[in-house]
Amino acid sequence: MSKGKVSKGGAPSLDMTPMVDLAFLLVTFFMLTASFRMAEPVVVDPPASHSDKTLPENTILVSVDDKGRPFFGVSNAEAKVATLLKMSDKYKVKFTEAEVKKFGGMSSFGVDIKDLPRYIDASENERLKFQPQKGVPNDSLKNPQLSDWVRFAAQETNGIYIRERDKAKDAGKDFVGEKVRYAIKADAKSKYISVKEVLKTFTDMKIYRFNLITSLEGGASKPAETGKK
Amino acid sequence: MAEVSEDGSGTGKKGGKKRAKKQSTKIDMTPMVDLGFLLLTFFVLTSTFSKPKSMEISFPAPPLPNEPPVEVKNGLNIILTKDHKIFYYKGQFNAADNKEGKPATQLSETTFSSEGLHKIILEMNSYAHDEIAKLETKVKNKQIADTTFKRMAMEAKGDKRSLTALIKTDDQATYKDVIDVVDELNVCMVGKYVIIDMSAPEYTLLTEKIK
Repeated sequence: MSKGKVSKGGAPSLDMTPMVDLAFLLVTFFMLTASFRMAEPVVVDPPASHSDKTLPENTILVSVDDKGRPFFGVSNAEAKVATLLKMSDKYKVKFTEAEVKKFGGMSSFGVDIKDLPRYIDASENERLKFQPQKGVPNDSLKNPQLSDWVRFAAQETNGIYIRERDKAKDAGKDFVGEKVRYAIKADAKSKYISVKEVLKTFTDMKIYRFNLITSLEGGASKPAETGKK
Repeated sequence: MAEVSEDGSGTGKKGGKKRAKKQSTKIDMTPMVDLGFLLLTFFVLTSTFSKPKSMEISFPAPPLPNEPPVEVKNGLNIILTKDHKIFYYKGQFNAADNKEGKPATQLSETTFSSEGLHKIILEMNSYAHDEIAKLETKVKNKQIADTTFKRMAMEAKGDKRSLTALIKTDDQATYKDVIDVVDELNVCMVGKYVIIDMSAPEYTLLTEKIK
């Protein structure tokens, strides 16, 4: 980089070492802190709120898009794989080992379990155009797939939580894990009734506490909110 | 000086032939630095610092059979419907021909603006709001501890003089409206609120209103 150094004298030379050092320091920092978000199958634009609580790490997430389709995701990859295996047993849908592994690294999905092997095999770009993508079936009587996904995922994540806590206890260490939280990410434009259906899936399972994902509202849009009486 | 330069004294001779006395071995680091900056730009642009925010909310467990309906004191019923319209009424629902002879419940319309819903909620929740404001100044003046503040704020919110809000929606209401109302309640320090189903007489009133 520094071609400026000329021994003959006269020509000015610029020492770039500090700049380059800093640049690489920043590269290292951003590389280590960056967490890549997987491409979501649909764009869900959550409504704004004043809540500034960050979403917990360990979540079971159900997204609802503007057409009311539910999508299911689990943050813990280990639990996700175990959930898939349980679902595979219950619905008699076979998955190859490679598919199971690939599923662990995927983001949320919104397909019937019968279409899931095909969905997993598809490339990331093909998934966006995948048909039929009608959301995870959520018919509490005939086809309660969403409810089964949530139930098994809750069992698995809690199982992992307990195992890790006991392991930490045996090793005499402080346990830092979090209990699983149920997150709902719904599009601002979606009808409340479709969110209500998803919530009902949870409340039927005696799960009553949720984290509704919202985006942080900009300070300027509602100035009177902070006004004291 | 992104270059490694060495003193060239050791490389002077080769095969007996005389070469230039000072031959510095410089590695051109330009490509590496270029790549470094490229990566830097990439990570700066792609990294997302803000983690998603969330709002914690609890939903009521379904009432047990034979459980008497809870009587709500200082209640505000917020009814959401299509086109981002909000209706509300205060207190208990009174049917048109109720035995106590109370005036029948009328739905009033309001808006999401600061002069609308915000004002109504603040008026009805003035007790909790003022109490918490008092407590906040006490915390600032170090008269009470942070944990005491939390406990007392909870008590103020739970007090029977503070507002209890019931949020009801019909099939047309959007999710955003519900979140906006819950957010408004949070901003106004309302601790007791719940999203529940509308009763049939309320629905009849509403359909008349939005007809």
